[in-house]
Amino acid sequence: MNALVGFCKTETSLIIDTTMFNQWPDMENGDFSFLIGGEAGAGIARAGFLFAKACMRGGLHVFGTNDYQSLIRGGHNFYVARVSDREVFSQMDFVHLIIALNSETVVLHRNKLVPNGGVIYDKDDLSQTREEPNSSVKFYPVPMRRIVIEELKEPHNLIIMNSVALGAATAVTDYDLNLLAELLKETFKPEIAETNIKAARIGYNYIKEHFEANFEHKLRKMAQTKSPRIFLNGNEAVGLGALKAGCKLYVSYPMTPTTGLLHFMASNERDFNMVTIQPEGEIAAINMAIGAAYAGVRAMTATSGGGFCLMSEGLGMSGMTETPIVVMVGQRPGPSTGLPTYTAQGDLRFVIHASQGEFPRIVIAPGDFEECFYETVRAFNWAEKYQLPVILLTDKYVLESEVSAERFDMDKVTIERGLVIRDSYTESRVYGRYEVTETGASPRAIPSTAGAIVRANSDEHDEFGLVTEDPAVTTTMCEKRMRKLYYVKREIEERNIETTKFYGSEEAEATIISWGSTKGPIKEALRLLSAEGKNVNFLQILYLHPFPKAKVEEAMNKARKTAVVENNNTSQLSSLIRDHVLRKVDHKILKYDGRPFSPIMLAERIKEVL
Amino acid sequence: MVSLQDLNTSKKITWCPGCGNFGIIAAFKGALVELGLERERVVVVSGIGCHGKMADYVNVNSFHGIHGRVLPVATGIKLANSGLTVFGFSGDADCYDEGWDHFCHAIRRNVDITLIVHNNMVLGLTTGQTTATSQTGFRTKSTPFGAAVPPLNPIAHAIVSHGTFVARGFSGDPKHLQGLIVQAARHRGFGYIDVFQPCVTFNYLNTYEWFRQRIYKLEETGHDAGNRWKALEKSFEWGDRIPIGIFYKEERPTFNDNFPQLKDKTLEGMQIDKVNVDLILQSMS
Ligand SMILES: Cc1ncc(C[n+]2csc(CCOP(=O)(O)OP(=O)(O)O)c2C)c(N)n1
Ligand code: SF4
Ligand SMILES: [Mg+2]
Repeated sequence: MNALVGFCKTETSLIIDTTMFNQWPDMENGDFSFLIGGEAGAGIARAGFLFAKACMRGGLHVFGTNDYQSLIRGGHNFYVARVSDREVFSQMDFVHLIIALNSETVVLHRNKLVPNGGVIYDKDDLSQTREEPNSSVKFYPVPMRRIVIEELKEPHNLIIMNSVALGAATAVTDYDLNLLAELLKETFKPEIAETNIKAARIGYNYIKEHFEANFEHKLRKMAQTKSPRIFLNGNEAVGLGALKAGCKLYVSYPMTPTTGLLHFMASNERDFNMVTIQPEGEIAAINMAIGAAYAGVRAMTATSGGGFCLMSEGLGMSGMTETPIVVMVGQRPGPSTGLPTYTAQGDLRFVIHASQGEFPRIVIAPGDFEECFYETVRAFNWAEKYQLPVILLTDKYVLESEVSAERFDMDKVTIERGLVIRDSYTESRVYGRYEVTETGASPRAIPSTAGAIVRANSDEHDEFGLVTEDPAVTTTMCEKRMRKLYYVKREIEERNIETTKFYGSEEAEATIISWGSTKGPIKEALRLLSAEGKNVNFLQILYLHPFPKAKVEEAMNKARKTAVVENNNTSQLSSLIRDHVLRKVDHKILKYDGRPFSPIMLAERIKEVL
Repeated sequence: MVSLQDLNTSKKITWCPGCGNFGIIAAFKGALVELGLERERVVVVSGIGCHGKMADYVNVNSFHGIHGRVLPVATGIKLANSGLTVFGFSGDADCYDEGWDHFCHAIRRNVDITLIVHNNMVLGLTTGQTTATSQTGFRTKSTPFGAAVPPLNPIAHAIVSHGTFVARGFSGDPKHLQGLIVQAARHRGFGYIDVFQPCVTFNYLNTYEWFRQRIYKLEETGHDAGNRWKALEKSFEWGDRIPIGIFYKEERPTFNDNFPQLKDKTLEGMQIDKVNVDLILQSMS
């Protein structure tokens, strides 16, 4: 019985009560969350993006994330964003303002509203009218539909309702309508932009005329200090990294949550003199990338777990032929089709072990948007220097959430291609693509190099790439390939490359250990705990393979108590730690409902294990 | 320019004596000499099967990949560097079974490469099972009661997939095959040649004799290779008389032509250490 209770205890069984809101230190300090919801097809993600970006333009920090279902029309979508005067790393558990484009939005999210929160909804939608006589919630009925049909004369364009709603939200929060108008102008074609700006103005004026200006949670613009921030999602951060790294062939078959990267690369291919291909499937994708990489081009593919299953054989071929490629895997809940548009961290073991036989690979799990950018560039460098596949392990939460980030520092980026021979090979000995070297990486002649015949082979092969079944050569070649990981580790040490990151003070009641996109909610939860006087620190593992054993061991030695936080059911990171460090972690905080952790809920669960 | 001797490798050839692959390799080497290509600018991509050993036996650049994936690898190479002349060598199981989904797509893309399929109508290297082109009733260890379903018609498929160079050769006539390979390589676009390649060990049915009794050359009958419908009609000819030669040929933009960013440039030749992403950053701010 008890075991069963423990097993079923996920976050959803915790009820938020309003006392939790009061614990939150930023409640009075310019921390504001809004939620906009409606049917799929109502432009919810776009509307959320626009309002969030308008906040960024006003100097505020923003984190936005969307929740949508795997369907095109109907269903319920929402976008929730947190706006603050300090950097924010995740969404919040509660919201101050609900912008409801359908009644379901209010029904589903009413319990997340803070005291004195507000609800903007369609005045004429009777199913939505839910005034609560004795509550502190402020209701803002706006005749959105009627405005679109009668004032704007756009009865066939009801999607414009969301611009009316955004205008209304701007007025309720006493924000700057010009910022929103500017963004609408940049986003749409001129005529469409004009209609939407008009819609926003009408919504704005309606609030100003019909309601008192007594909404407690106002948005105040802030002066920006440094160069303007950028608003982007994880897919775009990876895409920028790939372009910056000189990725010249991107091949990918659409699969949520990586499709955004395909769109990003395709829209930039001409400006960046690169090629983006949507092939007949993931098997073709990885094989095309490998072909191009063999011919000397930086190439990349991306997919989610299902597509990665299909890529497994190709992944091994990259390892065996020593052809450098970068593969981004964007996790979503499995098994099989699972929850296509939600988030998970269930593929850690899979990507580390995928494909038959033994070959070296590197697995990096960026935890935030900056890491998405810098680690993508680095992935290409590792791939080429050590001539192996590099996997960027991400998920829906980091790829499709959006954040206002500082501009990436291009001076921090270097391009390292390793041992490449171009144009002509002049040594007296015959060129051998798989020459046995100390580091395991051989000088890589690019086909068309005069004097070099370049043979890549997925069969076991000798130094010249010719097939062999000889036991001695087989042993030598296996060791040559596997040796690379040792030299990768050595380079990491020598250059002091951050394979883990540590947050918080050395002395703490407990150490959280985690990887990937849980980073944001964890950082927020720790802030919350520290406001309560609870000191917890956090070890983020950025490189999962090769595993940074020494650093994890050191952190565990110093920890009074350890807890692993993961979006999966079996705590795959705990098992990796057990493998490498030969130790058990004390606690596991797991969540596998397709939704990311959120700060208060996570803080509560951390408190339980303190 | 390359000579026949330059094309030999140190590898001992392990095909069965009399295997049809000998005719194909002779035709291919002859074609390379005839085409006057430099060895360093030629890439052979081969699949898995007896045919796959081509990569080991011809002394040019090569990529010996996994089963069924010759075409995507070759496509990637050609996209990366259009200055390379790429030849794919695949088997009937490699191309028409395991790799079938790539076949129609590579053809309709009109990737500027040459594909030579060693069609012995049997899985050779796995010791003789039926493939997509095995004749109905063909008995093997995996089909002891005879293959039940009719074979695929790859030539017809190539034509309806907008193939721009669709041909069939016979390894028992290497001179004729060499001519086809030279034309396919010179063709701007996807040069496809299905080659009847007798497997003397596992195919008791489709022997040299069997082919010799049936095949005739399209070019000797005044066949109009510019006529898609006539080509399609010819592709269905099977039985007592089986045509070889060029079924269909047309000019159409190649896959690389679709990318203005590749005009007079190759991806491989692009400088990558000074990429400037400021414009995108600006649009995001
Ligand atoms: C993914 C995969 N499945 C199966 C095999 C086993 N296998 C080796 S060769 C071959 C087929 C060879 O037939 P074909 O392509 O016609 O070539 P042939 O030997 O007749 O030249 C197969 C199935 C493999 N290597 N890889
Ligand atoms: S098994 Fe058949 S195809 Fe393979 S080498 Fe022998 S004869 Fe040739
Ligand atoms: Mg065969």
